[in-house]
Amino acid sequence: MSEGPKVGADLDRFVRAERVVHRLVAILMGTCLVTAVILYNGSIMLAVGHRHLVETIHVWSGLALPVPMLVGLASAAYRFDLRRLNRFTSSDWSWLRSRSRRGGTIPVGKFNAGQKINAWLVAGATGVLLGTGALMYWTGLVRLSWRSGATFVHDWSALALGLLVIGHTVYAFRDPEARRGMRTGRVSARWARAEHAAWADEVDRPELDP
Amino acid sequence: MAAGPEGAPVGRRVVLGLLGLGAVGVVTGSRIQAWLSSALAPVQLHDPTGLSGLVPLGDTWRYYSVTGPVASRDAASYSLEVSGLVGRPATYSLADLQALPQTSFTDTFQCVTGWRVPDVSWSGVRVADLLEAAAPATDAVGVRFGSFDGTYSVNMTLDQARRSDVIVALTMYGKPVTHAHGGPVRIYSGSMYGYKSTKWLSKIDVTPNNRPGYWEDRGYPLNGIIGE
Repeated sequence: MSEGPKVGADLDRFVRAERVVHRLVAILMGTCLVTAVILYNGSIMLAVGHRHLVETIHVWSGLALPVPMLVGLASAAYRFDLRRLNRFTSSDWSWLRSRSRRGGTIPVGKFNAGQKINAWLVAGATGVLLGTGALMYWTGLVRLSWRSGATFVHDWSALALGLLVIGHTVYAFRDPEARRGMRTGRVSARWARAEHAAWADEVDRPELDP
Repeated sequence: MAAGPEGAPVGRRVVLGLLGLGAVGVVTGSRIQAWLSSALAPVQLHDPTGLSGLVPLGDTWRYYSVTGPVASRDAASYSLEVSGLVGRPATYSLADLQALPQTSFTDTFQCVTGWRVPDVSWSGVRVADLLEAAAPATDAVGVRFGSFDGTYSVNMTLDQARRSDVIVALTMYGKPVTHAHGGPVRIYSGSMYGYKSTKWLSKIDVTPNNRPGYWEDRGYPLNGIIGE
């Protein structure tokens, strides 16, 4: 396109498969959380009613939640990003401890340490909610005291996951370019340099251009 | 594409750790919940904001309704019909029910999905007494409780309905049963899961069978005896 550093160019951040997985997970997760609020809060439950319908939507959205995450594994780019999220480096630890982590002195890869931790907690909480939800829904699976334990774990995990999702959404609303990356798959090189410098170096190396 | 990312696989460890913690929580959660509940009860009783009721802290009530909003009934508009295969069908007003002998006891409310509320005091009229007065026919097998929400129903065998802890509850925690808890009149069936305790009770129908009620028809056990 142009010679020299491509300051104004866009970089590919997420392939279509990743964007579709994200969109589907967001819809299912949102459905789970909204129906969870109805099922948990007494005054909302009594105003909305129709417990069996709300419960059925909640249970099937929850069971469907891991499906896009698993189908996504067919995409090599998705698998590679999962590996990036999985790995934690010493500069991730420094990034977490640093007060000036947004200053650009600590090289940040495709995902920063906060995004990695969010991904782990969401994945773990989703698994826990799926397992405990199954024990609560199919009441014949385990004895009553374990069902009470499953309810206990489900309640607190749901609360924690709800807060994580709210935090994730707040960060997204503050950063239109990050949202564009997830919507269109592309981000500006300028944004990539500011937020994910090490990743920008990896995918946008001017010296490789003719 | 670059070679594999650097760093330790902390993500996998955290996810597996959370799953393990969840499993431990399933096994021990019942005891932790009981402990938390006794620790938090004083806080929740004196919480002026009501915020503690929004989150699942301790053993708290969860309110179920299977229809849209239910219109409330008071002493003037309430009535309970006992009918079906009986020699003496009857309709009771709230005052009629209050005039009958009352049974009181304190019990743990136990939902089939696992949540519970300990130490709930109830009082009301034994269903056995109402059945006795109605004189079920010899071919009667069960009863079907109906709700003025227009949809909910619960089945019991005659023997189950005659248990001494199955009552037409008029008070809860020493006060009239509130609308949110299924008042002015609901069933409380102590030895059975919560779904057996029909809220907004309006009808006791003596039946020739034990056909499944609302939740029984949707997969919950036909008998609903706690721990069975």
